[in-house]
Amino acid sequence: MDFNDTKEQAEFRKKCRDWLEANASLKSEKANNSNFENNDYLQSAKDWQKKKFDAGWAMLHWPKEYGGIAASPIERIIWNSEEAKFDVPRGIYDIGLGMCGPVMMQYATQEQKERYLPTMAEGKEIWCQLFSEPSAGSDVAGLRTKAEQKGDKWIINGQKVWTSGAHYSDYGILVVRHDPNLPKHKGMTFFFVDMKSPGIDIRPIKQITGGSSFNEVYFNDVEIPDTQRLGEIGDGWKVAITTLMNERLAVGDANGADVNEAFKWAKGQDGIGGKLIENMAARESIADWYCEANGLKNTKLRTMSALSKGDTPGPEASITKIVSANKLQSIGNFGMDSLDMAGMLQTDDSNIHDFQSAWLGSPGLRIAGGTDEILRNIIAERVLGLPEDQRVDKGVPYKDIPSGK
Amino acid sequence: MNLDFSDDQKYLQEEARKFFDKENTLKSSRNILENKLHTDECLWKKVVDLGWTGITIAEEYDGLGLGHLELCVLAEEMGRVLAPIPFSSSVYLFTEAINKFASDEIKKDILPKLVSGEIVGTIAVTEELHAPTSKNITTTVKNNIVSGTKIAVPDAKIATHSIVVAKSDNGIDLRLIDHSLDGICINHTNSVDESRGHFSMSIENVPTLLIGEEDNGWECYERLVDQAAVLFSFEQLGGAQASMEMALSYAKERYAFGRQIGSFQAIKHKLADMYISITLAKSNSYYAAWALSTESPDLPIASATARVSSTKAFQFCSKENIQTHGGNGFTWEYDCHLFYRRSKLLSVNLGSISNWKNRLVTGLEKSNVS
Repeated sequence: MDFNDTKEQAEFRKKCRDWLEANASLKSEKANNSNFENNDYLQSAKDWQKKKFDAGWAMLHWPKEYGGIAASPIERIIWNSEEAKFDVPRGIYDIGLGMCGPVMMQYATQEQKERYLPTMAEGKEIWCQLFSEPSAGSDVAGLRTKAEQKGDKWIINGQKVWTSGAHYSDYGILVVRHDPNLPKHKGMTFFFVDMKSPGIDIRPIKQITGGSSFNEVYFNDVEIPDTQRLGEIGDGWKVAITTLMNERLAVGDANGADVNEAFKWAKGQDGIGGKLIENMAARESIADWYCEANGLKNTKLRTMSALSKGDTPGPEASITKIVSANKLQSIGNFGMDSLDMAGMLQTDDSNIHDFQSAWLGSPGLRIAGGTDEILRNIIAERVLGLPEDQRVDKGVPYKDIPSGK
Repeated sequence: MNLDFSDDQKYLQEEARKFFDKENTLKSSRNILENKLHTDECLWKKVVDLGWTGITIAEEYDGLGLGHLELCVLAEEMGRVLAPIPFSSSVYLFTEAINKFASDEIKKDILPKLVSGEIVGTIAVTEELHAPTSKNITTTVKNNIVSGTKIAVPDAKIATHSIVVAKSDNGIDLRLIDHSLDGICINHTNSVDESRGHFSMSIENVPTLLIGEEDNGWECYERLVDQAAVLFSFEQLGGAQASMEMALSYAKERYAFGRQIGSFQAIKHKLADMYISITLAKSNSYYAAWALSTESPDLPIASATARVSSTKAFQFCSKENIQTHGGNGFTWEYDCHLFYRRSKLLSVNLGSISNWKNRLVTGLEKSNVS
């Protein structure tokens, strides 16, 4: 056991580090709050992506012809861990590069790959994902947005929801129902769509945090050429599953107040009869979060160890989001409680702001990218090999499945 | 980057698993428990013959001269089958105390006999129905003579020697006691997990040897506990994994409402939570194993982190294993209760979970990292 890089890894890390130091500055103490509505942030994210692309850092693991350097998984991890230490605008490209890119790589024609992948890597064009619908959340395959074939085109009608970044995206990947007479998993087809197409109407969703990171996207007689179909007609679910697998890799740690912030806070905050850190209940909670935070960190190190040896990692990373999103919620709660009645007040204090953001934001993280419950099903079925749930919609034509109101 | 055991260590682990399977260890554990036999002496002898009591003992003292990582993988396997032997008392605690703190003379005498099995050791700390601290120890030592009463001493009957924590003139001493001497009376006490015997020990004017520095015994004891907690974590991890595997196979074979109970989400989510707790415990135990094997300054925090995580995992998995088994899980006949009992024994031996949580935060306060 050791935590050292191999000689090659150390050299690669130094290369990353040298370039980052020359082109960005290290993170200051205060975290940079990203704001997707802010045009400056969008522009700076585009500039940063372009800068990386020009120097070959944009999509390390992609093939050279699309702007990558065919890097190994461990090199990718090294780059990510180094880049994370710098104050750079990240996040906007996660869905495009993490989910849309791999699907295009697998299902688009050669011509399309050459047209779309390098511009995606360069950051010139931003991509989004259009899967969820008002009546298809955890059960994404229950979606009802309609696609009708007309000659060499498809006409799309319906509504998507929870689309991150739809308002600044150029393209999106889309799964729709082409035949409601088939059982639900068989009647779907997958496309990519120009987000500026006539008939697409994008409206922001106001979240419980007050912010708007997601959108509703309406399709009114939107035309998509058949050449933008990914996979065969009826293969929509198969293609979507490829994407969702990538989403589970892309959605990891819940960012925000963690055990260190809670610990520092408890040392300074007055409690009843002494500092909060002297309170046994506070100590036990901090110990619990420390075990969870380090459990996740060490799990990541185990995954990296496997990659570093050229082995396939085990399924251990599947626990990350469940643990971190719940931890975040509980830390936010702790911080606000520690202020007693004043915990309700929105002030300029950045600690209080962080606890409140954690408390208000974490419910969304427990839902996005697979709810806690769906993720537990996945662990039970795919990791532990328990039987699939018995379902009433299996083999039934989509139009006959009970759907409530 | 390599937070994993080596191929040799994994091989040792596999061999250990095969060995304990062949010996029907879980069945033996039940037998020891039902008949209050305290220890499977036959199994213990075989473990000694395999050289495992000498894993961390240097070759100059007839040991194998291997490191703590080898001990970790063995601990995991012993935890998995609830091995009814004094391995934790004799190897993780007694041997480590001698190895770390004893004089060369004592080492030369004791260590080879630990390898050969002539000596089996344990540690005697608890005296009353509360947690022992440096302030409340009443067993005394004066001019090397110890008197006092200890309770809940694990494996004291098969042990030939123990390390006794005693109050000295100006602090606490660790004292080496030979059980064959006059003035020592060892009596079995009924306990919740009879697969390992627990005893009271009355000590009256018994001559002893000092281990470590005079008056500084509590600090030595704490360092010993930091180390041993890592190995206990691996035993707990093994027990948690075995509990989850039992629940998993029952969830697949048991039918209710016309289907496997493992197809119900209530059962799936329970098992997913077991997997989550085990994954956290395993990753933290691996890190603690690294800290132990490299004598990292991070050991106190790393071992407390592993200890808390593994205690939670084993307690959770063993109780929910009973729940998954329904009524069968509550019968004496099914093995669920053996794991439930051992999870409690391992969680209070070395101090309860709230003590360890407190210890962890104390460690954070002392370190300047945060």
